[in-house]
Amino acid sequence: MRRSIPPGADRSRNRPLNLRRSTLLIIAGTALMLLAILIIGLLIDEQSLVTQPQLRNQAPSPSHWFGTDWLGRDMFARTMKGLLLSIRVGLFGAVASTLLALTFGLLAATGGKRVDRFISWLIDLFLSVPHLVTLIMIAYISGGGLRGIVIGIALTHWPSLARVLRAEAMQIRQAEYVRISERFGKSRFWIARHHVLPHLLPQLMVGFLLLFPHAILHEAAITFLGLGLSPHQPAIGIILNESMRYLSTGMWWLAIFPGISLIIVVRLFGMLGERLGMLLDPRRAHE
Amino acid sequence: MAGGSRLRRNLMVYGKWFAMKLIRLCTLLLALSIVSFCLISLSPIDPVQAYIGADAMRVSPEQRQEIAAYWGLDDPPVMRYLHWASAILRGDMGTSMLYRTPVADVIGERFLHSAALMAVAWLASGVIGLALGIVAAAHKGRWPDRLITWYCYTIASTPAFWIGLVLLVVFAVWLGWFPVGLAVPAGVLAAEVTLLDRIHHLILPALTLAMVSIAPIALHTREKLLAVLSSDHVLYARARGEKGYALIMRHGLRNILLPAITLQFTSFSELFGGAVLTEQVFSYPGLGQATVAAGLGGDVPLLMGIVLCSALFVFTGNLIADALYKLVDPRMRKGGDG
Repeated sequence: MRRSIPPGADRSRNRPLNLRRSTLLIIAGTALMLLAILIIGLLIDEQSLVTQPQLRNQAPSPSHWFGTDWLGRDMFARTMKGLLLSIRVGLFGAVASTLLALTFGLLAATGGKRVDRFISWLIDLFLSVPHLVTLIMIAYISGGGLRGIVIGIALTHWPSLARVLRAEAMQIRQAEYVRISERFGKSRFWIARHHVLPHLLPQLMVGFLLLFPHAILHEAAITFLGLGLSPHQPAIGIILNESMRYLSTGMWWLAIFPGISLIIVVRLFGMLGERLGMLLDPRRAHE
Repeated sequence: MAGGSRLRRNLMVYGKWFAMKLIRLCTLLLALSIVSFCLISLSPIDPVQAYIGADAMRVSPEQRQEIAAYWGLDDPPVMRYLHWASAILRGDMGTSMLYRTPVADVIGERFLHSAALMAVAWLASGVIGLALGIVAAAHKGRWPDRLITWYCYTIASTPAFWIGLVLLVVFAVWLGWFPVGLAVPAGVLAAEVTLLDRIHHLILPALTLAMVSIAPIALHTREKLLAVLSSDHVLYARARGEKGYALIMRHGLRNILLPAITLQFTSFSELFGGAVLTEQVFSYPGLGQATVAAGLGGDVPLLMGIVLCSALFVFTGNLIADALYKLVDPRMRKGGDG
């Protein structure tokens, strides 16, 4: 079948960016926006979180973008502080679970059959309980506080990444040059360190960035349930939980704006991870 | 004759496979109970203090001693675990501190409410998600596809409870179509609650949970269907002049239906997590709400019971998914244990 090419179908010339450049642009853009949120969150001092009883229950206005709550606190300041907290918790949680995943993934791939079986079993064990139930249990065990949330997130998020890394490391271990290296008498640790680890770094990086959104969402969920932090701390989950009591009086802005801000941050991290993955993985570069 | 022996052999294979799965479940529950028991006994929270709560001023140190002795808190942890585990094997999961009733009763009653919620959301999200995935793949790159993928990615980065809040504001507060919470109308005798009342209270929570659960199944269906559509046999079908949804139904659907169904069964873990959040928003008296209450109130027997039951729930989902693959997919049937 012959296809006639209409004039102007060859758009490659008037298309200003190729895929790689647009991917790079998106990465830079999302990173900049996240940085801006971080800086705004850091610049807002505790002063703007004080209660101002004369400014109670105000709908969004130019002076209070997100409105004020029943104590007269500026919701924009609280939301930004909450996002900062979420990003911090997400960072700790994602770093810890990535390290756990790397350790277990490498061990499983290079430690021999028994170790592998044990780690697979451990992964199954951690995946056998719904994440949120594990998080609730760990938050209870640690007696509340930020530490409990971070530990909970670290412990619930490593298994899926560990599985990916294990599979990848297994494949590398079967490669010719690794076998040759083995015959040369290099130790397992040496092989893991010099042959396997460098190949895992891109996966690790992307996995880390994709863990971020999950970690932030779980932080919001657990503080929403009231299990993590004390009520006066500005966390997105706590803000949304408090808003529930005032929704029926028509104060919709208490829930809508903080929620949308959280979605934007999570989505930005997701996009960042995704685009970096496309950039680093040659098999997906043309998508 | 030959058919009979083959059937018997197949039954043997399945029986052995099922027995292995059962053994796996037992070891899983055993390990899970040991790990969570260890973690909880490491907790800095004093169970006696948690039990007494606000009455702390009125309870003397001697009485505390008595409570601790009555509960066997003075025994070493191993003894305590064996005690608890042997009680569980006899079907006694202990007594909930919050509800002052046996844990098994609390879980049983609450699970019924949760099961109704999860079943409706699970079915709805499965059907709608599959349909959306097919539509997206059929219109790859055009606006229906863009809209659906945008929705899926956005919903995947949205906390379930926030969707619940938004639905609550719009449909319960502004429009007044649905009640703000609970599973039955307030102030009505249990005997007078009609099925219609229950359904009326179920719609918003189920809608919330379904909206969240649609995303993974729709994206998965879209991806699988696109892979199938780019295969040679579909190209041949196109060359013969087949096109549109008829082509997808005839050549695509069969290939993607089984993975989609199994994915839906393996999503029980996220479903349960979503139910916990949804129930909290709508004050829906299900197992999820009990989980949160147990975590907040330090109700250790209930928490342990829920951990084990939720693991059983997730395991059942995975087991059904595996079994479906084994029974339905002819490639797996021939290939032994894959």
